[in-house]
Amino acid sequence: MILFAEQTLNGLQLGVMLFLMAAGLTLVFGIMNMVNLAHGALYMVGAYLATFFFQETGSYLLAVVLALAGTLAVGVVTEVVALRTLYERDHLDQVLATFGLILFFNELIAILWGRAAIYSSVPAWLSGHLELVAGLRYPLYRFVIILIGLGVAVGLWYVVARTRLGMLIRAGASNRTMVAALGVNIRLLYTVVFGCGAALAGLAGLLAGPIYAVQPGMGELVLIQVFVVIVIGGIGSIRGALAGALIVGMVDTLGRAFLKPMLATVLSPTAADSAGPAIASMLIYLLMAVVLAFRPEGLFPASR
Amino acid sequence: MNRRTVLLIAVLGLLALVPPLAAAFNQPFYLDLLRRIMIFAIAASSLNLILGYGGMVSFGHAAYLGVGAYAVGVLAHHGIHSGWLQWALAIGGSALVALAIGAVSVRTSGIYFIMITLAFTQMLYYFGVSFQEYGADDGMRLAKRSQFAGLIDLGDATSFYYLVLALLALTLYLLHRLVNSRFGLVIQAARSNEARTRAIGLSPYPYRLAAFVIAGAICGLAGALWVNHTAYLSPEIMNWTRSGELMFMVILGGIATLSGPLYGTLALLLLEDVLQGWSALPKWVTEHWQLYLGVILVLVVLYARRGLAGLVGGRHE
Repeated sequence: MILFAEQTLNGLQLGVMLFLMAAGLTLVFGIMNMVNLAHGALYMVGAYLATFFFQETGSYLLAVVLALAGTLAVGVVTEVVALRTLYERDHLDQVLATFGLILFFNELIAILWGRAAIYSSVPAWLSGHLELVAGLRYPLYRFVIILIGLGVAVGLWYVVARTRLGMLIRAGASNRTMVAALGVNIRLLYTVVFGCGAALAGLAGLLAGPIYAVQPGMGELVLIQVFVVIVIGGIGSIRGALAGALIVGMVDTLGRAFLKPMLATVLSPTAADSAGPAIASMLIYLLMAVVLAFRPEGLFPASR
Repeated sequence: MNRRTVLLIAVLGLLALVPPLAAAFNQPFYLDLLRRIMIFAIAASSLNLILGYGGMVSFGHAAYLGVGAYAVGVLAHHGIHSGWLQWALAIGGSALVALAIGAVSVRTSGIYFIMITLAFTQMLYYFGVSFQEYGADDGMRLAKRSQFAGLIDLGDATSFYYLVLALLALTLYLLHRLVNSRFGLVIQAARSNEARTRAIGLSPYPYRLAAFVIAGAICGLAGALWVNHTAYLSPEIMNWTRSGELMFMVILGGIATLSGPLYGTLALLLLEDVLQGWSALPKWVTEHWQLYLGVILVLVVLYARRGLAGLVGGRHE
């Protein structure tokens, strides 16, 4: 039972992290109609910048602020230099150009920090464990990630549903020509949205740094999971991104933890040993196929 | 014959001259390089059928390279070395996998199609990564190349080279016939305007699915060739970056042109080879060649939209 509760929390933690990535990606798709594979590269940039600034300054909070600002800047520059011309192109061009950007960023990071994984640490005041209920000790850092993720979800909901910027974002998603005709600087709006998405990806990356390995190419692993998330949730919908992220986080974590022992009760232990991990790693893709077969637009299609 | 056909025949003729030249200058490396390029050209041409002519942006075409390669590798692992059996399984297996993946994904379009094909390929990739029996992510060696009972010896570099060249020419010819048949016209019509295609009484789904399966089968053949080429297989063959590379080969060469994928593959892999290994280049280029490749890729997509085949001129074939 304790193990189950712990794994559920791990699933929640993975889920909110995926949400931070998915929110930016799904907004960029919903508003600009743009497939951005380079989103994973921004996640990587966030993780590297935070690790670097933490080592240099010694202050974790300062490092977080600098890394967020840095990722935002990288995102805005990328948007202005390369991606802006791609909005009008078809998805094929977008996929290829952003694929090129991935190669570029991975190699750039390798030049700056080397190909090997670098060590990223948690400050002393965030390490240690938290006793949630009697007998369930959970790492404080992961718990903080869950809180931050849920906080960002609420904040994003507020911005999109209750502010002028959010109104413009929603309007831009449903009819961009009309919004432009009403005198809104749509290019600036795009840049702002892209920059915010980049900063969220950077946040996910810097939070992920101490848990997973910080190395070139780290963004692609999570990027493909995030694709699954937004396809399950419905492309362009923040609500869908949250639901999809939590579902994928749970299914993936619980599948990896419990599929093998569950299979062992019906199959021979050796068969379960080899089939368990294989099926567990395929689980979220199977889930996506099932969702698409029954709800081709995802669980929460963005209202258009 | 138009200019493009003449050029294609000339390029294939030049490729036929490579083995004697490589032997004359004692550079077996180029035989190996061009054989690899031609294998990828077969895979890229098969992708072009659905991506270019069918308008289906598949971001998971490496899956069929993997299925073809594993079909050969797994049979060889269990001591079955007959090439006929191995290659039949490679082609048939890829066709079946393409049928299963296509049945679900061809129903979707646009971004959903891109992502679902990617996700299915990832699924196969992770399946390969965690399958201990067949080497998991370390991969496994192919103990013996496919055996064709005295007909052809794949261990002999030159005969294997000519076999690949012949299969490439055959693939291009078949695709040429296919694209200009009624079937080909329907999938192109569905790409240009789905609503009108329906209005004249044709449902695009079965045609698209058939094209998807044919492309998968041809790519499976390329996978079988690939594993014989390297005598080694690992799940890396199905890595999603490989699918991206295949797409780039098609775009670089010229989308929806018969010869485009061949030129694109030649250009990309030769460029990679030059960036990686040409000693005249400074070290900061060769060491970080992917950086420059990435930039070149972005520039090609942004500014050279018709691809290399577009340079030759003429209408789309």
